[in-house]
Amino acid sequence: MKFSTLTRHIREGFKSILRNGWMSFASITSIFISLLILGVFILLALNMNAMASQIESQVQIRVFLETDVAEDVVADLQKQVGNIPEVSKLIYVSKEEGLAQLRDRMGEDNSDWLEGYNNENNPLPITFTVEVFEPKLVKSVADQIHSIAGTYETSPVADVKYGQGIVETLFKVTDAIRNAGYIVVAALSITAVLLISNTIRMTIVARQREISIMKMVGATNSFIRWPFFVEGALIGVITSVLTTAIVLIGYDQIINAFQYELSFLTMQLLPVKEVMALTSLTMIILGSFIGIWGSVMSVRKYLKV
Amino acid sequence: MIEMHDIWKTYADGTSALNGVSVKIDRNEFVYLVGPSGAGKSTFMKLIYREEIPTKGEIFVNGFNIGKLKQRKIPYVRRNIGVIFQDFRLLPKLTIYENVAFAMEAIEAPRKVIKKRTMEVLELVGLKHKHKSFPSQLSGGEQQRVSIARAIVNNPAVIVADEPTGNLDPDTSLDIMNLLEEINFRGTTIVMATHNKEIVNSMRKRVIAIEHGNIVRDEQRGEYGYEI
Repeated sequence: MKFSTLTRHIREGFKSILRNGWMSFASITSIFISLLILGVFILLALNMNAMASQIESQVQIRVFLETDVAEDVVADLQKQVGNIPEVSKLIYVSKEEGLAQLRDRMGEDNSDWLEGYNNENNPLPITFTVEVFEPKLVKSVADQIHSIAGTYETSPVADVKYGQGIVETLFKVTDAIRNAGYIVVAALSITAVLLISNTIRMTIVARQREISIMKMVGATNSFIRWPFFVEGALIGVITSVLTTAIVLIGYDQIINAFQYELSFLTMQLLPVKEVMALTSLTMIILGSFIGIWGSVMSVRKYLKV
Repeated sequence: MIEMHDIWKTYADGTSALNGVSVKIDRNEFVYLVGPSGAGKSTFMKLIYREEIPTKGEIFVNGFNIGKLKQRKIPYVRRNIGVIFQDFRLLPKLTIYENVAFAMEAIEAPRKVIKKRTMEVLELVGLKHKHKSFPSQLSGGEQQRVSIARAIVNNPAVIVADEPTGNLDPDTSLDIMNLLEEINFRGTTIVMATHNKEIVNSMRKRVIAIEHGNIVRDEQRGEYGYEI
C-alpha cells in the first residue's frame, strides 16, 4: 500500500466518524456505558480484594507459655519459632505487657476485675504474638510450633491459639468475596464485548449498501476495510481513554470526599495510584480491542459481494 | 471488446435467465439492450461486470475470461468497466467530489491527478459548481450525471448502463443520453439496457432484443420494436 493511500484511509476513518454522526454517537455511548460499569466494578473488586487481604493479615497466632518456664528456654523457643520460614514477625509479650494490654481491653467499667493484681502476683503467662507471611498458613505454622514444643522435655507451651474454627470461616468468606469480584468483572467484560460489537455491527449493516457500491467501482477488499478499521480503532481508543479518565477522577473525588467519614472503619480505600495501572490497562485494551474487532468482523461479512 | 459464447445462466432457485446467448460487441459500439421485464437483460449486464458468473459458456470482456476470474482479480477488471444504475447508487455520506474521486482513490492514483481528473469529469457532466454538495441535495438527473462521472473517471473501455433513464423525466433523460453519446464518441463502448422507446427510436444505434433468455433480434440502427 502506498503511503498516500494509508493517509487517505486514516483521513476517511476520521471523516466517517463525523459524517455518520448518530451511528458514531451510538457506538461511543455503548462503549462508554459498558466500560463505565466495568470500571466501577474493577475498582470495587480491587478494593474488596484489598479489604479481604487486610482482614486476613490481622490473623495472628498467639502462643501461651507455661507460667514457670526458665528464661533460657523462653529465649530458645522464641528463636526457634522465629526461625520458621513462614513467620514474618514475632512479638514477645512479657507478663507485665500482657497485664497492661488486658487492662486496656477490659476498659474503665470492668477495671475492678483486675484490681489487686500487680506485677508481683501477675497470673498471666508470657505470650508470643506470631504473624505469618501468608495468612492461610496459620494452621500449619501453629502445628509447627506445637511440634517444636514437643521437642522439649516438658513442653514450655501451654496453648497455641489462632482462632481455630473462626479463621477457616473467615477465609471462606474472603475467598468468596474475591471470587465474586473476579466473576462479576469477567461477566461484565463479556457483556461489554457483546453489547459493543453488536452496536458496531448495526452501524455497519446500515452501510452494507455502501460497501457493495465500493466493490462495484473496483475497490479491493483491503481498500474498503481500512477506513472501517481506522474508524473502529479510533472510536475504541478515544472512548476507552475518556471513560478510564472519568472513572479514575471520580474515584479520586470519592476518596477525598469520604476520607474522614470513612476513617472510623479500619479499612481504607485504595489510593488512585495503586489502582490506576490495572484499571486503565484493562479498560483501554478491552475498549480498543472491541472497537477494532467489531468493525473488522462486521465488514468482513459484507465483503463477499 | 465483449464476446459471449453460448452463455447459459440458471440461478440457484432454478430460474433460467439466459439460454445459450452468443454475441459480439466491438470497441466503440453503442448498443441498446431491449426486451420485456424478466427477459434476461439485467443478467446479461451483470455477467459483463462480473456480479454473476455464467452457468455454462464463456464470456470475454476486454480480453479477460470473466467466468474464470479469481476472486482477488475481480476489482481490477471492474476498474475497466464503468457501471451506471437506474437508482444511481452514490455513497450518501460522501460529497459529489468525493463520490467521483473514490473510484480513483481505489486505483491508488496520486492525489493531484485525482483532483485534476475529478474536476475535469465533473465539468464534463456539468456539475463542477456542485462538487461540495451531497447526493441528497441533488435532483435525480444530477445524481445520474454524478454516477456517470464516476463511471468514466478512470477512462474505462466499457460502460454498462442498466436503465439509466428509468427514474428520470423525458427532458432529463435526453440530457443523460447526450452525455452518454458524447462519452461513446470519445471512444468508450456502451451497453445500455432500456425500456425507453422514444430514445431508442430517435437516437438510432445497434439494438439487441432479448426474450426468454434468447437474442431474438440484433439490428444495426434498429428500432425499439415493442408497444408499451
